[in-house]
Amino acid sequence: MQKHGRIVLGLLVFVLIVVSPILYNLGKKNTSPEINLDTPVIAQLSDKECVEPKEYMRENHMKLLLEWRDSAVRDGKTVYINSQGKAYDISLQGTCLNCHNNIPISDVYSVNDKAGTTAATNTEGNQFCFSCHTYSSVEPNCWNCHSDPREAIK
Amino acid sequence: MSINRRDFLKKAGVITALGVGGATLGFNGLKAAKPAEASEFASQNPKAKASRWAMVIDMKKFKTPEDYQRVIDACHKLHNVPQIEDPKHEIKWIWSDSYEHVFVGTENPYLDEKTKKLPFLTLCNHCDNPPCVRACPTQATFKRPDGIVGMDFHRCIGCRFCMAACPFGARSFNFIDPRTALKEINPDYPTRTQGVVEKCNFCMDRIDQGLKPACVEASKGAMVFGDLDDPNSEVRKILNTHYTIRRKPNLGTEPSIFYLIGGEEHA
Repeated sequence: MQKHGRIVLGLLVFVLIVVSPILYNLGKKNTSPEINLDTPVIAQLSDKECVEPKEYMRENHMKLLLEWRDSAVRDGKTVYINSQGKAYDISLQGTCLNCHNNIPISDVYSVNDKAGTTAATNTEGNQFCFSCHTYSSVEPNCWNCHSDPREAIK
Repeated sequence: MSINRRDFLKKAGVITALGVGGATLGFNGLKAAKPAEASEFASQNPKAKASRWAMVIDMKKFKTPEDYQRVIDACHKLHNVPQIEDPKHEIKWIWSDSYEHVFVGTENPYLDEKTKKLPFLTLCNHCDNPPCVRACPTQATFKRPDGIVGMDFHRCIGCRFCMAACPFGARSFNFIDPRTALKEINPDYPTRTQGVVEKCNFCMDRIDQGLKPACVEASKGAMVFGDLDDPNSEVRKILNTHYTIRRKPNLGTEPSIFYLIGGEEHA
């Protein structure tokens, strides 16, 4: 009987540890990331659309970026013709960041600290990429090599 | 609680069917419609096609140290190549070296003083039979249909097999973060990151736009660029009428960089 008691106690402790994150967050408000599209370039666009429809970009932008990368770097094909037949230059700097450039990425991620490591410094930033990426703790490594949006550098 | 073989197989079959069906529905059935299936990729400048890009370097037209520096700076500024003094960490895309280092195997103790002292511009040879491409385990370095040996920095894992394979020392490894050594960053071209090998890419992005490599443009005619397989190209015209040499031809890598040394005025 004494053994049973220990087992039950052990199980209780185990369950408590497992559910502790849920208990910790219980009652706290889960604020979803705010996506800011308020940039000068987007404001000037007559029809405000991305290279593909919004829903598609939300789900598949990472796949599209990889396809763009392989096409431009490996096949030398640097023009993307989207599902509506509209042509775009394949360029992270010139096409993506030309519109999505609200906060310099170096403000969000310090790319060049002395130790040579990439560390998040200002995760509060409302930069287009990082608002969601910080929320879901997915750290893109694009900026280890690629530059900030040009507008932000000036 | 006993079960006969017949019942066991029946139940197991039903469970398997449910599992497979559910998984298929979960992975494929609920996937969003894919508008990008209607999309395609195209070349920016379909006319800029060649079957083997090559270069002739006319050493006679490099007269002053500024002539070399102008060409090197044009490349290194465009591609964010850092200038690192420490030879262990040095990054090179295009650089100059002495005759006996560049043309190993053609040593001549009675070589004329001028050639002996002349610095030779050297860069990746974009070999027709590139040993680096065979050595790369991730296909980060690859040969394009137009003969350019390109580098996909995204894929490089930094194993440095290509550096061991290249007989021309044309590849450099980023032992330190190159951004710490760059004074200015050209935002139009990415930098590299620590742990990646890099080399000259024959300005393949510029060629895709229909432009000539940056070094050729800056050389004021001392470097000539063209298609080796086109008998009417500028490169072939020089090769047909002049004596040119290549680096380490005995290794069979078939370099695409030709050197025109001394002799009469060309073209």
